[in-house]
Amino acid sequence: MTEARFETHEHDVLIIGAGGAGLRAAIEASAANVSVGLVCKSLLGKAHTVMAEGGVAAALGNVEPRDNWKVHFRDTMKGGRFLNQWRMAQLHAMEAPDRVKELEGWGALFDRTPDGKILQRNFGGHKYPRLAHVGDRTGLEMIRTLQQHGIHLGMSVYMECTVSRLLVEGGRVVGAFGYWRETGRFVVFKAKSVVLATGGIGRIFKINSNSWECTGDGQALAYLAGAELMDMEFMQFHPTGMVWPPSVRGTLITEGVRGEGGTLRNKDQKRFMFDYILELYAKETAKTEEEADRWLAGDRSAGRTPDLLPRDVVARAIHAEVKAGRGSPHGGVFLDIFTRRSAADIKRKLPAMYHQFKELGDVDITREPMEVGPTGHYTMGGVRVDPDTQETCVKGLFAAGECAAGLHGSNRLGGNSLSDLLVFGRIAGEHAARAAKGAPAPAVDDGAIEAASREALAPFAREEGQNPFALHEDLKDQMQKYVGIIRVKEDLEEGLRHLERLKDLAGKVKVEGPRHYNAAWHQALDLRNMLLVSEAMARAALHRKESRGAHTREDFPEQDKGHWSKVNLVLRKKPGAEGEGEMDLAEVPLPEYPADIKAVLDEG
Amino acid sequence: MAATATFRIYRGDASGGEFVEYSTETYPGMVVLDAVHDIQAKQAPDLAVRWNCKAGRCGSCGAEVNGKPRLLCMTRVDKFPAGEPITVTPMRAFPHLRDLVTDVSWNFKVAKKIPPLKPIPPESDGAWRMQQYDIDRIQEFRKCIECFLCQDVCHVVRDHDRKEEFVGPRFLIHLATLDMHPLDTLDRRPMLREAFGVGYCNITRCCTEVCPEHITITDNAIIPLKERVADDFYDPLQWLWRKVTGSKGRRRLPVVKA
Repeated sequence: MTEARFETHEHDVLIIGAGGAGLRAAIEASAANVSVGLVCKSLLGKAHTVMAEGGVAAALGNVEPRDNWKVHFRDTMKGGRFLNQWRMAQLHAMEAPDRVKELEGWGALFDRTPDGKILQRNFGGHKYPRLAHVGDRTGLEMIRTLQQHGIHLGMSVYMECTVSRLLVEGGRVVGAFGYWRETGRFVVFKAKSVVLATGGIGRIFKINSNSWECTGDGQALAYLAGAELMDMEFMQFHPTGMVWPPSVRGTLITEGVRGEGGTLRNKDQKRFMFDYILELYAKETAKTEEEADRWLAGDRSAGRTPDLLPRDVVARAIHAEVKAGRGSPHGGVFLDIFTRRSAADIKRKLPAMYHQFKELGDVDITREPMEVGPTGHYTMGGVRVDPDTQETCVKGLFAAGECAAGLHGSNRLGGNSLSDLLVFGRIAGEHAARAAKGAPAPAVDDGAIEAASREALAPFAREEGQNPFALHEDLKDQMQKYVGIIRVKEDLEEGLRHLERLKDLAGKVKVEGPRHYNAAWHQALDLRNMLLVSEAMARAALHRKESRGAHTREDFPEQDKGHWSKVNLVLRKKPGAEGEGEMDLAEVPLPEYPADIKAVLDEG
Repeated sequence: MAATATFRIYRGDASGGEFVEYSTETYPGMVVLDAVHDIQAKQAPDLAVRWNCKAGRCGSCGAEVNGKPRLLCMTRVDKFPAGEPITVTPMRAFPHLRDLVTDVSWNFKVAKKIPPLKPIPPESDGAWRMQQYDIDRIQEFRKCIECFLCQDVCHVVRDHDRKEEFVGPRFLIHLATLDMHPLDTLDRRPMLREAFGVGYCNITRCCTEVCPEHITITDNAIIPLKERVADDFYDPLQWLWRKVTGSKGRRRLPVVKA
């Protein structure tokens, strides 16, 4: 019997990933009185949610009473260029305020308004000041709050444990197979339902803001288990990553810098964002520096500063300025806050930025501008889910947070990821618990477990082969070069050829040394997932023949009003294919708007 | 020729280990974690190190550089004298797992022992009201990234291994957060004295010194906690009150309002 060979745990609900979405799902499922297992790739509380800085978007209306869910909904749809699943955007906008408020009952402490409410700041694409925040460490506050609340609810936490395969029987998920980082030993989880909350895929790009964990695990696990991936062509390049020194290239600089009044300039000191105002945003955006400054000073009759256009617009603008030779010495542009805010304000509202630049960049942001440039940050794409339950097409398998698709369409607004993970983490947890209550006892197949174990051990068995770290560098280089911020047919095809080559090499990767805490082995196993999401991204990017949101095609520079505005791209494993199989790509029509939703959109 | 630096990294596991010297190229802004990664990628693929954000935000890469507890991702290589080897060892206060990785699970067990916030009911809109000046001081403590360097350097943990009786600076600041929280209704002071061992701290301020978030752990969190415990348990008026009323537990003296 295989089970005896492997350490086995059984839960009603197994949650894979312990960032904000996973923790919120675990809290909700625990509240439903089912047994919950929470698996994290790192130690608890270290997930990439800690890197979210600027805030969580929720139409609380504390700073601007005119704000409400309808405005937030419209902003989100507009930011995603209407490729979002409207129902997810609606649920998100309606539920976010309650999700934020309940955090304070669990210990979170957001910055305050003078009347003692949660303070909200401006952010790109949000019509009103909407981001609840704690200086520039909002994500840390949220993950710590969820963690400190969650650990007292009876859930089992499996730290430094990586899942390498989902176990599926007869179209229903029955568990997962993984390994302990510390010992290298295998572990089997039996579960009636599984929630994927593994976050992003940023490690496929050379310049990125992500931690080693963000390797597309959830997307790949779901795909291999028969679920669908959607919107994979949309990769968000955050406009402001550090560009110098090399050690920190790509490290995130919060949009909160611009939210607090920071302005972008090129080497000629020109505020170039005025040259890149998108038609869709022309009406509400300032035409002159004087007008933008009035808006920053609080004049609500003035147009918004173009520095706070959505991220895709700003990232492309920076890219264009640098390409035209108007960039900063190290290939970025300038972002200054010191001309706008006092040193004391900067240290109070942006302490982590001040610290980060001072310690790592030798720059004092209270006296000098920062150098910034786009960095691979967030994937709008991910596992396709039902908007109301977050369930995938595999029974009992759910996904929430960054690894799920649908809320953000072709471009995510800043602040909408933290609210996403709260709202849909909760929904996924609720429905996973409900599904578990009606599900049969999970029966895992010995053969599947044996196969997963063989797959994981293969790199040790090889006599010779590639170094997994070198292969990862190779992958990052090709993705940056061919599937990056500006795309064109020939490049994408070349990228896909490289991915074929790399897939072949990844099958021959070799590792040495013992199994416990072996970094090379972990890297080797993560390669499969990174290659898979890379391929999905390149294929979808090649297929979408227009430019929309975060997807920019040099050969199709316009946003299409016809066909491409009506379809999402969905990828899945060709039915019946063994192993990774071949990818099937389909165009799936966007759900139609009901009359009341259409009315909300038309109001804007 | 590109500049290089030499690193002496402790390699091994619970069964024993040794220092291994590696030389690697340096570049502008390089931090010790970059060097460890370069060595891992090209010379020692199975070198174990914990890390996540590489921006000083997650607190995963705590270790000791030339004997001092530090985050590897925030420690610049060019801060050390050129030509001298830089020694990197795992945190000493915790059981060694492998190379630069230690078993920090004790911290997670302690976290579970601390009763969570028990807030007053919210107002009718489901939200609470708090003034910024009432939360300023605990927002400082909430900056904690749980790197556990303060636990590592604290002699009560490091040299005297009082892990059963003492929760360490990290959790004393968490307790201070709860104690000073405007919404909290739970009294954790008896636990502070007994189960959590606040009395073990003798204010050497080593924790404050190593905190990468520059939290004034000792002065702003631990000393006020000690004062509250002292007020409650060692104040002669409190003692007399307990004698007179026969109350065994801690009780607030009536407050005399001016």
